[in-house]
Amino acid sequence: MEVSWALLANAVIAGLLLGGFYAAMSVGISISFGMLDVVNIAHPAFIILGSYIAYIVNDRFGFDPIVVSVAVSPLFFLLGAALYRVYYYSFERRGQESLRGLAFFFGILFITEVALVLVFGVDYRMVSSRYGDVTWRAGEVGFPMRLVVPFLVSMVMVIGVQLFLTHTFFGRAVLAVAQDPLALRLMGVNPVRVKERAFAISIATAGVAGAFLIIIQPVQPAIGREFIGLVFAVCVLGGMGSIWGTLLGAFVLGLAESFTSTYFGPSWAPAVSFGLLLATLAFRPSGLLGR
Amino acid sequence: MNNKVFAVVALTVAIALAAVTQLIPNEYFFSAAYTVLLFVILATAWNILGGYTGYVNFGSAAFFAIGAYTTVFFYNAFKAPLAVGIVAGTLVAGLAGLGLGYLTLRLRGVFFAIASLALSVVLYIFIVNWDYVGGARGAYVLQPKDIPFGLPRYIHLIYAVQLVMAAFALVVARAIEKSTLGRGLAAIRDDELAAECSGVPTLRLKIFSTMVSCALMGMAGTTFPYYLSYIEPSSAFSLSYAVNSIAMPLIGGMMSWMGPLIGAILLGTVQQLVQVTVSSAWNLLIVGVLLVLFVTLAPNGIMGWVDAWRRRKGR
Repeated sequence: MEVSWALLANAVIAGLLLGGFYAAMSVGISISFGMLDVVNIAHPAFIILGSYIAYIVNDRFGFDPIVVSVAVSPLFFLLGAALYRVYYYSFERRGQESLRGLAFFFGILFITEVALVLVFGVDYRMVSSRYGDVTWRAGEVGFPMRLVVPFLVSMVMVIGVQLFLTHTFFGRAVLAVAQDPLALRLMGVNPVRVKERAFAISIATAGVAGAFLIIIQPVQPAIGREFIGLVFAVCVLGGMGSIWGTLLGAFVLGLAESFTSTYFGPSWAPAVSFGLLLATLAFRPSGLLGR
Repeated sequence: MNNKVFAVVALTVAIALAAVTQLIPNEYFFSAAYTVLLFVILATAWNILGGYTGYVNFGSAAFFAIGAYTTVFFYNAFKAPLAVGIVAGTLVAGLAGLGLGYLTLRLRGVFFAIASLALSVVLYIFIVNWDYVGGARGAYVLQPKDIPFGLPRYIHLIYAVQLVMAAFALVVARAIEKSTLGRGLAAIRDDELAAECSGVPTLRLKIFSTMVSCALMGMAGTTFPYYLSYIEPSSAFSLSYAVNSIAMPLIGGMMSWMGPLIGAILLGTVQQLVQVTVSSAWNLLIVGVLLVLFVTLAPNGIMGWVDAWRRRKGR
């Protein structure tokens, strides 16, 4: 009995830590998909891009991946702003976002993946960090630092985004654009500019989440696809456009995956997020904390 | 041209082409043509839902693989001949499409798109863990020794079958496009709320077109295990099927049955050439770049240019 309790406790801890990391990956989707109604299925591609940038700099100069990712996040911000410009002028303004806009982001996802394959090959890459191999122990329960550090930084980032959205003028404008862009226009705010910046923020969070990813596990270009279901599952499960919901959804998913790989084997774990997504869409499309 | 005449013409052309091209001495032609025809079916099938109805299916690879693995299952269980695999694979993929459509088509279109993507990952993991159909190792499907019609090799037969199935897919797509059903689908694509208010049974039509589209994608996959006599999950679920079946109708034009055909033949042939002369990674990059370029700059594809040219000439 003693052993199975330790197993259970370890599964819970690993699930919660993983959930924190999932929140970092999904918070961008909560902004772009949940609030701006931009279905950015290329989001995971930017996470992988962030992983590779962290990898290159870490490999050449030995800087910490998270520090690198925060330092380059302005670049991701600009990239996101540029991407939204193209999206807006080509699709959103013409009312063609539902079919062609989706195909556009799918193409972006695909191009990023293939370009990374062409440059770096399909080998798995990883980073070295001072805390990568350290595990802090409390009795039977282990706290691997490669999960704890991303978890803590992720919590800071996600809660920071929530505070930013609720306590600044710009943040409230983002929340408002989700509800009624016309009213925002009447208030003298340009909704396109608000959406552009908010989308840019969502891409910046993806870049930082990429550094977490490569600390937690080795990365190769094609694994981005597996996270599409995950980020949308977290976003939909928690309730569209709610950051607290995203956090809750991320913990639920982290725990579910952790239990699945502990009790059924790790090869089934990736199916959990997609299964949960399908089930949520079928039975409770408004999510746990849905409006 | 009414549907029956078109069906007769299309099937006659397909059979005649299959017969004439048997004279080509180059063996590579058959495997290249098989792949292009596979894309013709996938693109045509995708367009029934994507182009006519306006719902994006990212799960082409999943339905393709359902067709392929149904063949493997029946082969392992009963040593069933190819014909059984084709019928069963088409039906199973159609049922899967029906299920997915029933669960998600009541929501906004984007949820269907995401769910279709989710389905392909769930199915992939399911197949990888299912040892009966080979699991991650893959499965061998032996090509039968005796080949009908006195054809020299099995690939010739597979190619001919694929040609006839491509004609069948085009007949189905054209019949849907020209019928009242097709008008209902076009109404959904242009304004779903207005369609619903005008008495179009939107949900039923959407589910029906999803089912037909997915069944045809499954049909495309049923011959695939025989193509190399070997199948493994990552080749059957390759993302390139999903990308190509979206890129081809977009590049050809989504409004008529001819668009996916043109797109698939063009893009499929280019890919075969690039794959041989350069590399398969570059060929995927080309597809992705073409997809993004066409969707942003020429949203109605090649057929859109043709229509614009016709209108200018008619004026």
